[in-house]
Amino acid sequence: MSDFFDAVQNFSIIRYALLVGIISSFTFGVVGTFIVTRRISYIAAAISHSILGGIGASIYFNRVYELEWLTPMLGAIPAALISAGLIGWVTLRFKEREDTIIAAIWTCGMTIGLLFIHHAPGPGVNLESFIFGDILLTSQSDVIATVVLAVVVLALVGLFYHKLVAVCFDEEFTSLRGVSAKLYYFLLLGIVGICMVLLVRVAGIVLSIALIVLPAATASRFANRLWSIMIISIILSIIYNVGGLAISFPMEVPTGYVVVIAASVVYALSFCFKRRKN
Amino acid sequence: MPSDSKEPLLGPETIVECSDLFFRYGKTLVLENVSFSVAKGESLCVIGPNGGGKSTLLKLLLGLEEAERGSLKILGKSPEKARSKIGYVPQAMRFDPLFPITTLDIVLMGRLDRLRIGGFSKQCKAVALGALAEVEMADSAKRAFADLSGGQRQRVMIARALACEPELLLLDEPTANIDLSIEEQFIETLEKLREKMTIMMVTHDLDLVSLLGDSVLCVNRRVHRHSLPLSGDTIREIYSGGRRIEHDKRARHNHGDHSGCDHE
Repeated sequence: MSDFFDAVQNFSIIRYALLVGIISSFTFGVVGTFIVTRRISYIAAAISHSILGGIGASIYFNRVYELEWLTPMLGAIPAALISAGLIGWVTLRFKEREDTIIAAIWTCGMTIGLLFIHHAPGPGVNLESFIFGDILLTSQSDVIATVVLAVVVLALVGLFYHKLVAVCFDEEFTSLRGVSAKLYYFLLLGIVGICMVLLVRVAGIVLSIALIVLPAATASRFANRLWSIMIISIILSIIYNVGGLAISFPMEVPTGYVVVIAASVVYALSFCFKRRKN
Repeated sequence: MPSDSKEPLLGPETIVECSDLFFRYGKTLVLENVSFSVAKGESLCVIGPNGGGKSTLLKLLLGLEEAERGSLKILGKSPEKARSKIGYVPQAMRFDPLFPITTLDIVLMGRLDRLRIGGFSKQCKAVALGALAEVEMADSAKRAFADLSGGQRQRVMIARALACEPELLLLDEPTANIDLSIEEQFIETLEKLREKMTIMMVTHDLDLVSLLGDSVLCVNRRVHRHSLPLSGDTIREIYSGGRRIEHDKRARHNHGDHSGCDHE
């Protein structure tokens, strides 16, 4: 463990990773709670996978047209928002074929990303870092982007908290009170999309869903207010991210693996205790 | 005695006024030539067999569906424009029982149209607490929805509708899935509300109809208004779909299809 603390003091890359892990935990805790209570984990998973389309496209255009500013994270944002919008439209419009169409968007997004990466000129792309995440590749610009996205997500949730909760609980009644339930449902999916972009750096496309859902799912077994689930999820996410980094660094294994295993074990253990009642 | 009331009772005290309403899902005619009215302070129970069009009528009243033709006015306005004056109580079983939310937060949803950035005003909270007191749940304001019984949840849904300060209360199967031991207490709550506002209630519970209804609207594609008490024959006729079967037989007969006819 002392190796880890030495590394924090000596290497900026570890400090960046810690900062990203801690800052994004606030976003994961808040958004994960909405995902779990609204029961849209499969939608969040579909968005996270289709993000690869944007990552692949940004790498391709960056290299072909020498667009230095077009980073994978920047490419991931429109991909996340487009897939969130598409999925939102499908779930509202084609309820009976919802699962099939979401699966199509999921795989199609991934395939587009892989195609772009395959045709991108230059050295091979470290695909594993996007699929399974590598928080140690965090740069200063990633930290800034994480802070900006986290502020945007938390500000949106803070501004529209009651309406988002109402849409999650009862869409029909929300509409009847003159609030556009569809608009706030799309807003919620957009927030989930941005959150998934943040997660790609920490846990990657495949593992991200576990990191966003498991802390909130664990918290929901012991708390029965939305805000208390959010606070517990934030604390758990910080513990998983910081602890995962501290354990994985000396063992030289990817942090995402440790984080997801820890989150899964804690969630499984939570079933040993009774659900809390008032 | 059953009596068809196709002519709406027009007047300043009319809360709902529906005339010659038709509605279809795709090619299926769900409501045909529906006319009725609800006077201020009236308690009208809507009954009928499953698939008869009760839920569709409710959706039309809430402005969630649009009629093919005919007129439907609530407080002299279209249902969509009158929504702010309608308190709607859906079936409590529809909700995720584990959703992490307090009773007060649910009731405050009735004030969503008055929500300002930053949260609900003190006035909204006072109205919500008043609505909870009305259904005798004031001391449960901070309890989690998950911890309430079926009857308590249904009363919270009524409080949410009351927080809208409605002139018309629409209830969808209010006693469905409520334990018999709690039902009596729940009915007392509805009886108190009946004194204060106009109520339209979709239900299968004929005991509830006899306790709370001023009259009954039977919906089975067409509507027929009945006075209370309902006779045994009328109840059998409503729930066996007698009217509809007869209507279908006549329609087929008129089109030369005699497969359903009793004659040779």
